[in-house]
Amino acid sequence: MLRFLLRRVTLIIPTFIGVTLASFLLIHAVPGDPIEVRVGEHGIAPERLAILRHEFGLDQPLWKQFADYEVQVASGHLGASTVTHQPVWDEFLTLFPATVELSVCALIFALVIGLPLGVIAAVKRGTAFDYGLMGVSVTGASMPIFWWGLMMILVFSVSLGWTPVAGRIGDAFFVEPWSGFMLIDSWFSDDDGAFASAVSHLILPTIVLGTIPLATIARMTRSAMLEVLGDDFIRTARAKGLSPLRVVIVHALRNALIPVVTVIGLQVGALLGGAILTETIFAWPGVGHWLIEAIQRRDYPVLQGGTLLIAVLVMAVNLGVDVTYGFLNPRIRK
Amino acid sequence: MALLEIRNLVVEFGRFRAVDGVDLTVEAGEILCVVGESGSGKSVSMLAVMGLIGWPGKVSADVMRFDGIDLLGLSPRARRKLVGRDIAMVFQEPTTSLNPCYPVGWQIAESLRAHNAVPRAQVRDRVIELLDQVGIPAPASRLGAFPHQLSGGMNQRVMIAMAISCNPRLLIADEPTTALDVTIQKQILDLLVDLQSKRGMALALITHDMGVVAETAHRVQVMYAGQMVEEQPTEALFTKPHHPYTAALLAALPERAMGASRLPTIPGMVPGIDDRPVGCLFNPRCGRVQEICRTSAPPLIGEAAKFRCYFPLGESA
Repeated sequence: MLRFLLRRVTLIIPTFIGVTLASFLLIHAVPGDPIEVRVGEHGIAPERLAILRHEFGLDQPLWKQFADYEVQVASGHLGASTVTHQPVWDEFLTLFPATVELSVCALIFALVIGLPLGVIAAVKRGTAFDYGLMGVSVTGASMPIFWWGLMMILVFSVSLGWTPVAGRIGDAFFVEPWSGFMLIDSWFSDDDGAFASAVSHLILPTIVLGTIPLATIARMTRSAMLEVLGDDFIRTARAKGLSPLRVVIVHALRNALIPVVTVIGLQVGALLGGAILTETIFAWPGVGHWLIEAIQRRDYPVLQGGTLLIAVLVMAVNLGVDVTYGFLNPRIRK
Repeated sequence: MALLEIRNLVVEFGRFRAVDGVDLTVEAGEILCVVGESGSGKSVSMLAVMGLIGWPGKVSADVMRFDGIDLLGLSPRARRKLVGRDIAMVFQEPTTSLNPCYPVGWQIAESLRAHNAVPRAQVRDRVIELLDQVGIPAPASRLGAFPHQLSGGMNQRVMIAMAISCNPRLLIADEPTTALDVTIQKQILDLLVDLQSKRGMALALITHDMGVVAETAHRVQVMYAGQMVEEQPTEALFTKPHHPYTAALLAALPERAMGASRLPTIPGMVPGIDDRPVGCLFNPRCGRVQEICRTSAPPLIGEAAKFRCYFPLGESA
């Protein structure tokens, strides 16, 4: 187990270099640099531009800029935003809980609904419920997030007025950001309606962000269950005289979860990617929103540092999934 | 009254009749062997007894009684109370028949708990006792073992322990030794016969091994293409088979073919869904076939020896 963990951690290093290189090249392929973007249409004296560029190291050849950045990251510094001059790490820490809160809620939403739906579809295979559900889930999995988010806002916020349009909590509330998680902070807040307000702000983003994972999990659960339900040990379980519910949950689902957990792990990456769009639609002050702004402002350190941190997170989650896998599947446990 | 009594059992999957009008009787405390080639409907008829034929299979029978209880008239819940407790089954592939995610001790205990066979506090002791009875050494240390950590033979012992956990009156064993090494086959078979005689339960043994039949069975039922073609007490069947198919099976035994340069075989194959012959189902492969065999299906005749043939062996044709 220790060797396995060690090997996985070692693999992180080449991934780091790959991720930083990719984000570095992509952002430099876009015309304009932080200075030009800040100057805007007003223009600036060429001498002044050269001085500023030199300050940020932008006059260096590309390979030098990249090498400098790598050295800087290796020594533990992600640098500071070219816009706010705050350290990237501090900004990330402030915004990250909002993204985690949204992603976790979306994942829970996807699991709580997707798993049972997949199980029911497998048990009732070939019925109208099965076909209907699978049809809906293809639609769900191929739904463009931005369109889906706008439609939800249009229907539930604008037409029906059930939920707020954007933000994490109503303007009337001030909640001390003690943990950074609005649900927790508002729960302990003295304001009576704060928690309810936080929940109502979370509903739509959660649904929008959770839709694709929900559809994927439901489909994966269904196919894994179908495979397991045909196995010999299911027949044995039924031959014991167990109730159909016990056969499905205790015997079949437990086995079907093994592939499903892998998919859930992969969904975390998709979830963080989706969070960027969802946060932009709902003006959710999280990491995704922050990265989009960084792109617009050509804020190289934020963009590269943020991408790197998200990559680390995805890798950590996948490592966690692999460890969980061992607990679920006794055959690969020693 | 017979322990298990079935008349005219039919199991259909769509338009395919896997079991076609089979009668089956198991007396309390006897060993019945059901023999036949793959696809002859042996397993399916036993699964029907267990109530394990799922969609799209359809089961019907004129009579299907266990200990006087009409099995087909029971609610699913009442049927489940019976299955696993009074009628238990052991399957062919021990390793895949156990759930890979749970320790074997837990899986046996689950049977005990499902039928409240022993008080909760005694479940663990009872599982150890069962594992001991099926010949697993150091049973207490095997409780936490997973199926993949045990050999096929050990897993089959676990399956048997699970099946006998609630003291069934009928144990159905569906080719319990087919997937095992030859050396282990004998051990498992001896174990089954031993448990059967000690506990006085009935044993319905499905096999395609005539050697196994000769050694264990009190009575034999021969299945062909979903039909029962012959039924006799073991000794009579081996000395005086009536149906040509039974005779052909016996002739194909290596022990009986001593001296012959080639082992006799039965030409052709068991008919499938699309090539079921008219008349006697065995007629395309039968050496004694005559015109009537190709036009009309022979009924089941006889008292002590029942068979389905117009021109049986051992009688003047």
